Amino acid sequence: MAAVSAPRAIRTQQIALAALFLANLIALLPAVVVVGVLLVRGAGAISWEFLSAMPSQGMRSGGIFPAIVGTLQLVALTGFFALPVGVFAAVYLTEYSRDNWLTRLVRLAIVNLAGVPSVVYGLFGLGLFVIFFRFGTSLLSGALTLAIMILPVIITASEEALRSVPQSFREVSLSLGASRWQTIRHAVLPYAVPGIMTGTILGISRAAGETAPILFTVAAFYLPRLPASIFDQAMVLPYHLYVISTQIPYIPEVTRYGTALVLLLLVLTMNLIAVVLRARFRRRRLW
Amino acid sequence: MVTEGAPGNETAGPGGVSPLGAGAPPFGGATSRRQMPADAPASGIGSPGDASPDRAGAGAKLGIREWSVWFGLIQALRSVSFDIREREILGIIGPSSSGKTSLLRSLNRMNDTNPAFRWTGSIALDGRDLYRQFGSQDVRRRIGIVFALPMPLPKSIRENVVYGPKLRGLRDRGALEALAERCLRAASLWDEVKDRLDLPAMKLSGGQQQRLCIARTLAMEPEVVLFDEPCSGLDPISTAKVEETMLQLKERYTIVLVTNNTKQAARVSDRVAFFLMGELVELDRTDAIFTAPRDRRTEDYITGRFG
Repeated sequence: MAAVSAPRAIRTQQIALAALFLANLIALLPAVVVVGVLLVRGAGAISWEFLSAMPSQGMRSGGIFPAIVGTLQLVALTGFFALPVGVFAAVYLTEYSRDNWLTRLVRLAIVNLAGVPSVVYGLFGLGLFVIFFRFGTSLLSGALTLAIMILPVIITASEEALRSVPQSFREVSLSLGASRWQTIRHAVLPYAVPGIMTGTILGISRAAGETAPILFTVAAFYLPRLPASIFDQAMVLPYHLYVISTQIPYIPEVTRYGTALVLLLLVLTMNLIAVVLRARFRRRRLW
Repeated sequence: MVTEGAPGNETAGPGGVSPLGAGAPPFGGATSRRQMPADAPASGIGSPGDASPDRAGAGAKLGIREWSVWFGLIQALRSVSFDIREREILGIIGPSSSGKTSLLRSLNRMNDTNPAFRWTGSIALDGRDLYRQFGSQDVRRRIGIVFALPMPLPKSIRENVVYGPKLRGLRDRGALEALAERCLRAASLWDEVKDRLDLPAMKLSGGQQQRLCIARTLAMEPEVVLFDEPCSGLDPISTAKVEETMLQLKERYTIVLVTNNTKQAARVSDRVAFFLMGELVELDRTDAIFTAPRDRRTEDYITGRFG
């Protein structure tokens, strides 16, 4: 019996392995193709002028400088709003709250927040920040909208980072007469910072690539100058890419691909920083 | 001062101690109460003989009265009453789940962090009720604890030692420096680490880490130091060093030592308490416990017949 089934087992295993390998290939392929195509077709557009000049002639020539700067400003502002709220919420959830209906509600809200389509965030931001709070179409409205969108990512990552700090650190700190807050501040948070940063950067890089939430809240169609304050509109890469791809005829292909490449590189760089940070943190882990 | 004496009298009952209690609150209050449970141990199997060393001047640092502890539905301690004297080493022995650690962690309110923790009875430090007249932070500053496993924080050696005082607001570098040296000396670690105070504490050996934890506890200038099986993870040489340190500390601190190692209790303790199933079975001078235990169960335990 065993002699009969053995070759069959090996065969089944080979088929299973092939399927698993194929699945990986399918996952890998789009990434490679996307990056490859953008590199081949868009690299030609990348020049110092393309990166540092204002667009001109109805965006048909010149550079994408304001869109790059606008994206960076928007992303920085988003982090500025989302990070403290996310971290404080995570600290409350892990360090203070007990399992009751309120925290269960909060967790449910977080899960649902993560599942809301991004265009809904866009409309929400339009209604709340642009119209109700009268921030207008501005960096502020866009950043607040994006901040709400990435809040679940930051909260979840921060919670995980806080939980990974050994319970004994809290015990020791409390036993030395520290208050609960002092314990969190000096014996827990410092060791959760790398994990929190990783989650935040991943959340922000997602925000950087989103189009729908910024569509109604911040993005300027064409604005050949830099925003003067957070109440100004701004050009941002994803929307700019949408505009030059669909709204304006006779734009050189290479400009479109070049813009997409810049956006992709921006997001990939952020993800890379997050990965490196996490790897270093794992290696230098002190306990 | 009067307020301190009053609740003490209440607990002690109408024993005519009020003049004494008002005049010298910590001492009088404590003494008056100390005699009570010795005469009437709540568990019924307490330690009548323990009343004998009740000579004048032997003040009780900690008075534990009918102390019961639950974690959820499980009762960890059953109406325990005894005293811990100033500047003695009280060894607490007993098999696992006998309530030793629950008791120890009751003494500096570390159980408070467990949401399932409930208690009845009272524990008094110098006659003041730990749970009713102190804040938990204040208690932990006065009553330090050294945990079973060495648990340095991932900071430098120096930062570990001065962690408590710094949070309490001591900022002066010179003072912190002097404090670190004093505490490391008291924990017999100074000579081994004096040249590398800025090194991560995690780089030290297990025995050194444990002595660092002792130094860190001493840096709060506590009155009582609790040791929760401090040598369970240490080799014999490190164990000997920690024991030696404890004997030195006795000069200045009241020490409670929970240990699974009866030989260790015999080596360092002045008195030994034997716990079983959440009850205090026997409490007596160390030599008495180990040569002539009054309770059969104590004898069985120290001779290794169970546990």
